[in-house]
Amino acid sequence: MEELDVEAVVTEIPAVSTGKHMGFAWGPGDILVYETLYKAKGASSSGSSLIHEVRKDEDIYSPILRKLFNESHHIFVGLQTVGEDVPSKNKKPQFVSISKNYRSVIRACMEELQQLAVLTKDAEAATRLGNQVSILLAIELIWNLCEVLFIDAAPAGSLLLHLLDWVRLHKADVDEKTREVLQSESPAEHHNYWDVVVSYVLQGRVEEARQMLVKQANLHPAARGMFKLMDKLLSKMPFYNPRSTQTLTEFDVIWRHWHEEVDRCLQDNSFSSNQHLEFICKILLGDEDSLLECKDLLGTWYHFLVTRLLFCHPTVKPTDLHYYAQSCMTMFLDSRSVSEPLDSILLASFEFDIHQVIKDCSIVLNNWWFVAHLTDLLDHCKLLQSHNLHFGSNLREFLLLEYASGLFTHHSLWQLAVDYFDHCPEFGRVYLELQIERVPLETERKALKVLRVCEERQMSEQVRSICKIMATRALRNNRLGSALSWSIRAKDAAFATLISERFLQDYSTRGTFSDLDLIDNLGPSMLLSNRLTFSQVAAAASEKKPRQEDDVEQTKVELLRLALARNLATAIVKEGTVDT
Amino acid sequence: MESVNAKYVSQKVSRTRWRPVSVSSFQQPEIFATGSWDNEDNKVSLWSIGNYGGLGMEDGFEGDPQLLCDIKHDGDVLDLQFLDQERIVTASSTGGVTILRHHPNSQTLSVSHQWERAHRYPCDNAPCTSVVCSSPEIVSVGEDGRIVVFRADQEGVCRVIENADSSTIHAVTYLRTTEVLTVNSIGQLKLWDLRQQGGSPSKILSLSGDRVPLHCVDRHPNQQHVVATGGQDGTLCIWDVREESSPVALMEAHSAEMWEVHFHPTNPDHLFTCSEDGSLLHWETSSHSDMPSLLHEGSRNSGVTSRSAMAPAGGNKSLISAWLSGDSSKSCLKTSHMLPSQTLSVNSLDVLGQCLVCGTDGEAIFVNRQVLV
Repeated sequence: MEELDVEAVVTEIPAVSTGKHMGFAWGPGDILVYETLYKAKGASSSGSSLIHEVRKDEDIYSPILRKLFNESHHIFVGLQTVGEDVPSKNKKPQFVSISKNYRSVIRACMEELQQLAVLTKDAEAATRLGNQVSILLAIELIWNLCEVLFIDAAPAGSLLLHLLDWVRLHKADVDEKTREVLQSESPAEHHNYWDVVVSYVLQGRVEEARQMLVKQANLHPAARGMFKLMDKLLSKMPFYNPRSTQTLTEFDVIWRHWHEEVDRCLQDNSFSSNQHLEFICKILLGDEDSLLECKDLLGTWYHFLVTRLLFCHPTVKPTDLHYYAQSCMTMFLDSRSVSEPLDSILLASFEFDIHQVIKDCSIVLNNWWFVAHLTDLLDHCKLLQSHNLHFGSNLREFLLLEYASGLFTHHSLWQLAVDYFDHCPEFGRVYLELQIERVPLETERKALKVLRVCEERQMSEQVRSICKIMATRALRNNRLGSALSWSIRAKDAAFATLISERFLQDYSTRGTFSDLDLIDNLGPSMLLSNRLTFSQVAAAASEKKPRQEDDVEQTKVELLRLALARNLATAIVKEGTVDT
Repeated sequence: MESVNAKYVSQKVSRTRWRPVSVSSFQQPEIFATGSWDNEDNKVSLWSIGNYGGLGMEDGFEGDPQLLCDIKHDGDVLDLQFLDQERIVTASSTGGVTILRHHPNSQTLSVSHQWERAHRYPCDNAPCTSVVCSSPEIVSVGEDGRIVVFRADQEGVCRVIENADSSTIHAVTYLRTTEVLTVNSIGQLKLWDLRQQGGSPSKILSLSGDRVPLHCVDRHPNQQHVVATGGQDGTLCIWDVREESSPVALMEAHSAEMWEVHFHPTNPDHLFTCSEDGSLLHWETSSHSDMPSLLHEGSRNSGVTSRSAMAPAGGNKSLISAWLSGDSSKSCLKTSHMLPSQTLSVNSLDVLGQCLVCGTDGEAIFVNRQVLV
C-alpha cells in the first residue's frame, strides 16, 4: 500500500459515549456511525439508538458558498464550449478572461463571508467564517498566481509587472494604513508615515510614494534638495512597457543606468542626513539586508521575492523564477521552523510543477471545487500532459468526477453535477446513470426534471425505471390517469395494460366507470397490449347485472370497446406486433 | 439589454411573483416574492428593487434585488400568488395551502392561516401543484386530482370537488369570477362552474392526436375566452374556450417542459413563456390592422421568429385578437430570448408594467426593468 501523504484526521463523535464499540457504513459523501451491542470492558450497559452522520465536506451546505458553486458552474459550462473554431493561440485572452471570472466569483464570496463574520455575534460561527475567508483568500492567491504563470504565461519583462499586480492585490493593508495616515492632522508626522512610504516603494508604487514624500518635503524646507533628488530617482525608475517598441535588452540597459545612478547617490552620501531616505535608497538598490529589515512590512516571503526581483532582476525569465523563489523563501523564513502548505504550493507554482500544485491543493482542501475547476481550465489551455493515472481516466476527469459526485450528495445541487458529468467523456455517463436513480422523487415536478435529464441523454433504462416508480405510486393512490400518463411517457405497453385491466376491474366491481374522462378522451397515443381483447371487454360487460342505467352503461361499454379496438388496431398497424 | 445580471440566492427558485401595484398609479413594481424548492429548509422571501436615488438607469439593472424578509416554508413552494398587498398564498408539496402575511413595519413575514393536507392521499401526502386567488376566494389543485375552494377569512375548507380528475392537475386559472379552468397531465383543459354543485366539468377541451401533458395556463387579460397553455414538449397553444374543442393556434416554443406562460397584464399583445430548457421567450404579435408592427429585438437577435401555426379550424377571421388569427402571414409574430444561454431551467416568470422577474434552477434571479412592451 502506498504511504499516506498526511496524517489521518481524527474526528470526535461527541454523542457516542466513551468505551463504546462503533460500527460504520460508507455513504456517497459521508459515513454513518452507530453504537454496536458489543460491550467493551468498562462500558456502561445502556446504549443509544442514534445513527450519526459524519460529513467530510461541510462547504456545500454553506449558503454563501452555494453561490460559488452555482456561479462557477455557469462559467464552467461556458468554458467547455469556448471558441471551438478559434485556433489555440487566439484563445488565450478568452482563457485569461474566464480565469478572471472565476477569481471574481471567489472574491465576491469572500467579501460576503467577511461581512457576515463581522456582523455575527456567535463566536464559534465567527471563527468558522473567518477560517472560510482565509481559505478562500489562499485559494484566490494560488489561482491568481497560476493565471499569471500558466495561463497568461507572461514572458520576461511582463512577468514582473504581473507579479507586481499579484502582490499588490493581496496586500490590502497598505491602503488602510494610508487612509489612517492621511486622515490624521499632520500626515507627515504620523507614526505610520514612513511605513506607508516604504510599503509603497516595496510594491513599486512609485507615484504614490512620491506624493507622500512631498508632504514630508514640505515639513523640511531645509532638506529640499535631498527630497528633490529622491523624487527624481523615483520618477526615473524604469518600468517595462510591453506595448512599446522597446525590446527587453534596451529596457535592461536603461534599467542598469538608473541602478548605477541610484548607487552613486548612495555612495555620495547624498541621503546620509536622513536615515529614512537613505533606507529607501538602499531598497531601490535591492539591498538584501535592507529588504529583510522590512519583514514586517513585507509580511510574506513571496512579497519579498517580488520586491527583490523588482529591484535586482526586473527582466527575470519565467524559467529562472524558481531559483529566486527557493532562496527568498529560505532567507525569509529562517526563524520559522516549518513552511505551511500554502508556501509549498506557491513554490511548486514558481517551479512550474502544475501537478504538484494540484496534488498539494487536493490534500489540503476538503472540497474538490478548486482543484477540479483549475485543472479543467489548465487542461483547456493544453497545459496538462495527458497524465494517465493508475486508475480511472486522466487527472482532469478524475477531479471533475470527484467534485460532481460530491455535488450529487447534496439534496439540491445535484442538477449542477449533471453538467459536469456531461463533460467527462470516459466515465461521466456511467457515473450519472448510477447517481441519477438515487435522487428522491417527492413530487411529480421533480420527477419530470429528472426524467428530462435522462431522456436528453438517451438513458432509457433510467427513464423506464423512473416512470415505473411514479406510475406505481400513482396506481397505489388510485390515480389511474396519472399512472397512464407515466406509462405513456415511458412507452411502457405492459404497464399501460396493467392500468387498463385495473380500470376494467374497477368497473366490474363498482358497476360504474370511475374515471370516465379518461375513456371518453382516449387518444391514439394509448398503447395497449394484445392481451386486452374484445372478449375480456365483452365478458366484463355481460357479467354485470341489469340495472336502470343499463342503457347508458351499455353505451359506455360500447364506447370502451370501440376505443380499445381503435387503439389496438392503430397500435398493431404502427408497430407491427405489440410486445407483451 | 446588453447584460442580464443574475442575482444568486442560494436556493433553487420555483416561483417568482410581483407584488401588485395599484392600477391607478403608474408606478413600476418594486417588490417581488420568491419561493424555493428542493431544499431541506425551503423559504418564501420578499425582495425589493426599489429605486435608490434614480441613478443612471441606462441599462435598467441598477440596484440588485435586496432581501427584505423571509420565512421558512414546509415543503417545496410549488405555487405562490399574492392575495392582496400584504398577503401571499402558497401551495406546498406537503399538500398544504398557506396564507402568509407581510408586516411592513417590522419587515417580517408570518403565517396567517394554514390548511394542512388540503390535498392528500389516504395514506400519503399529495403535493398541491397550483393555487389561484380572487380575494377572498382561493382555489387550489393538486396531484390528487382534487379541486379545493377556500375563503381567506374562513377556518375550514369551503368546498371540495373530489376526483375532479383522474390525473394530476398542474395548473388552475380563473376564467370568470365563478368559473375556473384547469389543465392536467393527460392534456385536457377542463372548465368548472363553481356555482354548480356537481363534480363534473362543464366542458373539456383537448388536443387531438398526442395528449401531451399541460403544465401551465393563462387567460388573456381582456378577452375571457382566449387562453394560452404550455405543454410538456414545450408547445404553446392558444385556445378559444367558447367554440373549438381544439386549440386555435399551436406553436413550437421550447425544447422541453414549459413551466409558465403569461400574457402581459396591460399589453396582451405580448406573451412570455419559460421552460426547463433554460430559455425565457418574449412573444409579440401585432394585430393585422393598419398599425405598423413594432419590431423589438430582445437581448439577443436570436433566430427564433415566426413560428409555424395551425390555421384555425373554423376559419374565424373575424376575431379581434391577433393571437387567434393563427395565420402567420397575416400577423407578425416575433419571439426573442431574454436570458443568456446556458442557464438551467427557468421555473417561473412574472411580468408587470415594464418589469420582468424570473427564477432558475441555477439558484439565480433575473430582473429586467426595461421590458419593451
